[in-house]
Amino acid sequence: MPATLDKRMSAQEMVATLRDGMTVGIGGWGPRRKPMALVREILRSDVKDLTIVAYGGADVGMLCAAGKVKKLVFAFVSLDAIPLEPWFRKAREAGGLEVMELDEGMFQWGLKAAAFGLPFLPTRVGLGTDLAELGGLKTVQSPYADSETLIAMPALKLDVAFIHANRSDWRGNVHLFGADTYYDEWFAKAAAKTFVSCEELVDRMEDHYPGDAQYNVFERCFVSGVVEMPGGAHPSSMPPAYGWDMKAFKAYADAAKDPGDWSAVADRFVGASESAYLEQIGGKEAVAALPLPIF
Amino acid sequence: MTDYTLAELCVFACSEAFRNNGEIVATGVGPVPRLAAGLAKLSHSPELMMTDGEAYLVEQPVPIGPRSYDDRKAAGYLPFSRFFDSAVWTGRRHAMVTPTQIDRFGQINLSYLGGTYDKPKTQMLGVRGFPGNTIYHANSFFFPSHTQRTLVPGEVDMISGVGYNPARRVAGGNYSGVDLRVIVTNLCVLDFGGPDHQMRVVSLHPGVSFDEVQENTGFPLARIGEDIPTTAGPDAAALALIAQLDPHNVRAGVFKGNPSAIREAA
Repeated sequence: MPATLDKRMSAQEMVATLRDGMTVGIGGWGPRRKPMALVREILRSDVKDLTIVAYGGADVGMLCAAGKVKKLVFAFVSLDAIPLEPWFRKAREAGGLEVMELDEGMFQWGLKAAAFGLPFLPTRVGLGTDLAELGGLKTVQSPYADSETLIAMPALKLDVAFIHANRSDWRGNVHLFGADTYYDEWFAKAAAKTFVSCEELVDRMEDHYPGDAQYNVFERCFVSGVVEMPGGAHPSSMPPAYGWDMKAFKAYADAAKDPGDWSAVADRFVGASESAYLEQIGGKEAVAALPLPIF
Repeated sequence: MTDYTLAELCVFACSEAFRNNGEIVATGVGPVPRLAAGLAKLSHSPELMMTDGEAYLVEQPVPIGPRSYDDRKAAGYLPFSRFFDSAVWTGRRHAMVTPTQIDRFGQINLSYLGGTYDKPKTQMLGVRGFPGNTIYHANSFFFPSHTQRTLVPGEVDMISGVGYNPARRVAGGNYSGVDLRVIVTNLCVLDFGGPDHQMRVVSLHPGVSFDEVQENTGFPLARIGEDIPTTAGPDAAALALIAQLDPHNVRAGVFKGNPSAIREAA
């Protein structure tokens, strides 16, 4: 294949493309399908003042705790069974974190506006709540006979998106499994560059899994780089490969209690390198053995 | 009278909210609302649609609590990635949730308590889907603790869901989808059927007085009539269905001490 189609790179190389002040989207949903290995790589880097756009889980909590976040665009931050993300909560209650709080549906609408190159998409959502005033959202009026006033949900344009996929090939043909892939597709399309970590990397998808093409949730033109990182969603879930690690989430939440100093505990949740992190938690085999959560 | 707990009474009262809703997605968040949606589907409203709590539509409501991963039987598919397209923004849903606060207008809050947008005193979940849910489809609420801290005076700290407050409605907006139905609490059942959508007591749980409800509410309540009926409770068949949907008795943990629905004489 042409060299330009070989999109393999290291996690460090992906994170090295980030500049201070960039807007970064993170795929997944709460404690599910989070590209945590890539988030850990951001945490090991010097990059700062990021605007983070995410359906938030521990990705948001950790980046806030580490002082990487200037502004957060969110609809919730939660670990599900631990409903209130403790490190996010600390950061919010301390003040100093700029936020744009959105409804979950408006959020994906903003990603779609960005994907289509539109300045905004109209919606009723947000009217009659505090979101518009607090978030500085403007309204538009329908030019048709109905004259309806609508919120103009601004495009959530991303400089970079990070996504964890089940499979990819070298060219960025991804396969996303699991009962739900949330809005990963729209993060990929809303971003100037999308970097994908995956559980399994193959050279040519068609030589290995030609029968699974319907799992190609977004096309390879939206993928700038790929890296194989088995267990890369830990401690979030990655169905059908593994469930979330509630024990690890619990330890992470407990560490936020007094004094709750991130620099003192970061090593336990980030590690000096991804291999050191994986070793700390019992290896990728331990991750693979985590049962899928039941709802 | 059949013997049942306060939690079972609340499940039964909540399930009535889903009667005659048609083919819409019934979402109950938390054990009581979820059991209520399941009970409604298994008893009077089989046309209801619901998910397994994840991404699949099921015709047999999935029991709550520990079970094996693959024991749900999927009849359809409704992942988050198409939830707004299919259920929320088309109005084909009735959600029953527990916000942190509700006010006299039916405005709800799940975002933060006290402080400001930039520095909340207590950060909670965030608005989640409340703004969209409340402008597009039916919503009901379950409050296990009916106090002036949950049914608050004035307005909620952060308006996360649309209510019937004219002062908060941007002119020219379409609010025809705002449809707040029922509020079930540990004391009573309320709706918005009073004058100008005033919150109104429609039934009192056994042994509860209107005065007790009013004292625990941060704003004046209307009443359905001079005599307020007692909240209807589950019969033996409904209790059996609730037990089937909650084989591990999660409902026993909803209220401290799992009290009977019939209060003991003071």
